[in-house]
Amino acid sequence: MTRRRHSGWFWAQLAFTLLVCAFLIVPVGMSMLAGVTKNYFIGIQSGVTLEWVVKVWTDYRHTIFLSIKIALACLACTLLIGVPAAYVLARTQNAFTRTIEELLVMPIAVPGLATALALIVTYGTFGGFRRSWLFILVGHVLFTLPFMVRSVLAVLSSIDLRTLEEGARSLGASFSQRFFGIVLPNCRSGIVAGSLMVVTLSLGEFNMTLLLHTPLTQTLPVGLADTYASLRLEVGSAYTLIFFVIIIPLLIALQWASTPRAAQRPPSDDADFDVRSPPQPAQPSHRAAPAHVRS
Amino acid sequence: MGGRERLLLLALMAPAAIVFAAFFLLPLARLFVIGGTGPTGWSAYLAIVTDARYFRSLVSTVLLSASVTAATLVISGIAGVFLERNRFRGRALVTAMLTLPLAFPGVVIGFMVIMLAGRQGLIPEITDALFNERLVFAYSMAGLFMGYVYFSIPRTILTVMASAEKLDPRLEEAARSLGARPWRVVADVIVPGLKPAFISAGAICFATAMGAFGTAFTLATRINVLPMVIYTEFTLQANLVMASALSFVLGAITWAALALARSFAGSSVAAAG
Repeated sequence: MTRRRHSGWFWAQLAFTLLVCAFLIVPVGMSMLAGVTKNYFIGIQSGVTLEWVVKVWTDYRHTIFLSIKIALACLACTLLIGVPAAYVLARTQNAFTRTIEELLVMPIAVPGLATALALIVTYGTFGGFRRSWLFILVGHVLFTLPFMVRSVLAVLSSIDLRTLEEGARSLGASFSQRFFGIVLPNCRSGIVAGSLMVVTLSLGEFNMTLLLHTPLTQTLPVGLADTYASLRLEVGSAYTLIFFVIIIPLLIALQWASTPRAAQRPPSDDADFDVRSPPQPAQPSHRAAPAHVRS
Repeated sequence: MGGRERLLLLALMAPAAIVFAAFFLLPLARLFVIGGTGPTGWSAYLAIVTDARYFRSLVSTVLLSASVTAATLVISGIAGVFLERNRFRGRALVTAMLTLPLAFPGVVIGFMVIMLAGRQGLIPEITDALFNERLVFAYSMAGLFMGYVYFSIPRTILTVMASAEKLDPRLEEAARSLGARPWRVVADVIVPGLKPAFISAGAICFATAMGAFGTAFTLATRINVLPMVIYTEFTLQANLVMASALSFVLGAITWAALALARSFAGSSVAAAG
């Protein structure tokens, strides 16, 4: 690219883009700062303190632990039921599976409030279930499952699964050998991206959880709303700060995971193709179907 | 594919299908039935247009969502095309910052609005210094608008950038060399080229704004948007029937918006939350 002087048009657009950036990032910084300020009304010159963070940790840490527990359980569920489902959808492309794919995305299209109400009117009378954290888990699994399925499906659709599997089968690999030896290693990048998305979304889910929770099953976002409504700004900020400390690394990892692998690795790298248990199959077709190319 | 293979595939699909049917399809059907069991029967579903209070909230929610969509597409359109077209130092960082709030929950975004435009916020400080008047608008429809634009930008900017990458710069060169002014190039070349991205990203924006709840919950319970009305019906009025009917209608609207966009823009529309 030749180096040329930027026009006024360029600077105007740059200024606009930076302004949008500031709009998104400045309040994040402000709330982080407010969380460690002695008195926000006076400002940071009133002194820096961890008093608010400690207060939130003492009063609300159960919400943090519960949210992490739900997020991890949610991840386990979506991995167990979502990855096999994505594989089936990638293998059988017909009108029926397309309908299923369409249906599976519905919990994202339908507002969480409606899904939560539907769960309550159907299962709310099962007292033990209604009061346990599993009730929240069900909602989170519904909402996050489409992200896992889509993420894995995107990778599986970009590789020549059929050829890989045919090759393996002709060499005598059984169904489970093919699934664990070829399918899973090849969709690893999709599983990683999907998992990060699932955990991030579950940790922050509020729309459903507000209706699904009980006083004994308060999650992090529900606790956040509670402090915003009733406690002083510094406490809300300190709580938000803790939430950011958990969620921002996940979001950064997510950005990293969703950048195309091709840019990060030379195409000759065979690392993605580790066929663990049956070492023989499908080597020739690998060149035709690079496993790490993602759209 | 042999019969055994087919059976195995069916077995792999079964867990997802069972969970989905038992915890989504069945409850949704039940929600629909309950919506029709009130004193007014099935006409509860018409209340959203016949009852003035519900209708007002429907109209204001649709207007809010439509204006949020329009504003977001303009903002993401300008910033997204700019970032795709120009290479400069810090570009990757700027892009990362614009997409960072992608999965911030609505409640936290409500708090971000309070940070910016609340009683002790940044914007009132600035207007105070400039005009001697504190402009506080966080706890109103304007604050909600700001919050919804906040969470819509990260969702649309990547779609716009991906689409801008495919635009042919030679078309713009041609238009320019034929004497077109910059705004004509934007209107006649860039915007039509980005149309599929605008439709799909716009539909996601609209659907998300229609169903969003956390931000309104943080800012004020007085804001009369449909999800807030549903929540009030359910908790304060204990009117389960009306809450069911309204939320079913709301779900139908958001689902239809996404389905419509998909049929216009092709199968690439993914409902991204």
